[in-house]
Amino acid sequence: MHTGSELEEIWIQESPQSMSNLIEVRNLTLTVPTSKGRASVVENLTFSIQQGEKLGLVGESGSGKSLTAYSLMRLIKAPVRIESGEILINGVDVLKLTEEEFRKYRGSEIAMIYQDPMSALNPIMKIGDQIIESILLHKKISKKEALKIAIALLESVGIPEPEERVHSYPFEMSGGMLQRVVIAIALSGEPKVLIADEATTALDVTTQERVLNLLNRLAEERNLSVLLITHDLGVAAQFSDRINVMYGGRLVEQGRTRDVFTLPQHPYTRALLDSRCDYTVDVNKPIRSIAGQPPRPDNRPSGCVFAPRCEHVEAACISSIPELRDIDDRAVACIRAEELKSVKN
Amino acid sequence: MPSTIIKVQNLSRAFKGSGGSVLALDSISISLQEGKTLAVVGESGSGKTTAARLILGLDKPTAGSISVLGQEITDFGPSQMRPLRREIQVVQQDPFSQLNRRHTVRRIIEGPMLAFKVGDRKSREKRVIELIEAVGLQQEHLTRKPHELSGGQCQRVAIARALALDPKILILDEAVSALDVSVRAQVLNLLKKLQKERGLTYLFITHDLGVAHYMADEIVVMFRGRIVERGTREEVFQMPRHHYTAGLLASVPVANFSTDKIVQKISQDVIVQATPDKTDACAYRSRCQFGRDKKDCSERALTETMASATHGWICHFPIER
Repeated sequence: MHTGSELEEIWIQESPQSMSNLIEVRNLTLTVPTSKGRASVVENLTFSIQQGEKLGLVGESGSGKSLTAYSLMRLIKAPVRIESGEILINGVDVLKLTEEEFRKYRGSEIAMIYQDPMSALNPIMKIGDQIIESILLHKKISKKEALKIAIALLESVGIPEPEERVHSYPFEMSGGMLQRVVIAIALSGEPKVLIADEATTALDVTTQERVLNLLNRLAEERNLSVLLITHDLGVAAQFSDRINVMYGGRLVEQGRTRDVFTLPQHPYTRALLDSRCDYTVDVNKPIRSIAGQPPRPDNRPSGCVFAPRCEHVEAACISSIPELRDIDDRAVACIRAEELKSVKN
Repeated sequence: MPSTIIKVQNLSRAFKGSGGSVLALDSISISLQEGKTLAVVGESGSGKTTAARLILGLDKPTAGSISVLGQEITDFGPSQMRPLRREIQVVQQDPFSQLNRRHTVRRIIEGPMLAFKVGDRKSREKRVIELIEAVGLQQEHLTRKPHELSGGQCQRVAIARALALDPKILILDEAVSALDVSVRAQVLNLLKKLQKERGLTYLFITHDLGVAHYMADEIVVMFRGRIVERGTREEVFQMPRHHYTAGLLASVPVANFSTDKIVQKISQDVIVQATPDKTDACAYRSRCQFGRDKKDCSERALTETMASATHGWICHFPIER
């Protein structure tokens, strides 16, 4: 026989809801004011994050990837506005909650780390105190107990001699160490989802690799979902299980990372992968680049947002917005995706 | 036979800190051939930019010598440096901050010609138009100001300005690091094209190994102020001998599932504590899986081993090939 609380645990483990999407974003649209009225910067975005999943969100600057992250944290501020859409965390549309109600979610359901760890830390406060402060926001325990948790957190993010390190100030630590401290703070509320917005971009490659390995380990050990936002295709390829490619505020392709990177189907994804410059590219050929510039909010194309830069563009691309639709093992927002499969670049 | 256009010998630069002096650059020697590209790669704090500043004459070394175009510039003052500034120009990382935001693109590109009183207004205008087109922009961009341009366009303007005086050498200090992938490709292609057309010599400073691989004929790998390995692109990327070079190559994430990574990954996420270094000891040893506990690495002075005319390294226990 099971006791009531045991039954509840089993129910939580086995219920289809907890096995499926932890976060669901549905038709999210964000706008900014321009001289021609409000224009979209994120448009009709729909995606989900499952428990324990490592999801990559890639795109160039201005693609809307960071605004997407800020929306999830409900940190969107004027002049940007959430125009429409839903963000469901565990089935609750958090956009409908009051700020007071959302506080239960921020930090304890979903937490975020940024590119520059220094900007997330107080420069004149010992790192131990900063972690304790964050723990006490979420738990009603004594400072002494919080210190123990802080030390354990520092240890779990791979900081050597955590008992000593709690007494350090941020300036006494390297960039990689600081990013670990920030991760420790993000974990203090025991969130289920961690958003990492270009969190390894400012780090040296060897440090970046270690921080990515750390995030990987945390995802496994804690069944933590990680939304990794990056412009670095290599980082996304190495880290994420699934990938969302954004361009001009829209999702253009989503699928398993390996599938998308091996056989990209959207012309933008293809062109983006071809324009990368890592040491596997042929040095004797020019790198393929994408002509032109990404669209500005006040000058968005009417149909497919990539059409003005796409070499496969035809009349139908300009007249209507392509839906993200399932093709084979993924979703692609291109009306010509099937016929382009056989076309070599 | 290409001539040596930059020669740096045993160059050191120490900075005074609270706990004594720090050697930002520790006796480095490099030479750069005309029309070629040398990439200097390394992590932050490895001394790449310090080296660039010394070569540009913006800073003075504590020891060693620098010669540019056959002239020994080590002790040059600003007035002696001035004629050389026509021959050696720099493009920096941040596309926006390196341009005067109150000037139009025309004024920015014309700037160096005005500073050196080159030509008359008409010939300068002709040159400005030629330059803006050479970097793949149009004449309509000339009336704009930096904030009206994208990052990639600003970087092109910076390149056009650097080329205004027809220099022989361009120092590119992380010149493409701030650009998006697709725009970076445009700028790299442009730089290769300009080099071919104008016989330019590039000193390419970057932390991005992919960019170094694509652009450079020869590469030097720096770590804590020293050159730990040098060689042609093939030598460094295909048969790295220094453990740091190999580790660096292994850490680069590659978005290519069809090719195996050149070096096996070392999978770890623990931080290795840096230990204070004795002079002459290997600065990398605290992070080195092979030399960490070896007495030679902590005590014996390092000298450069050369395997070919171009491939050299400083390591007591190099990777065997």
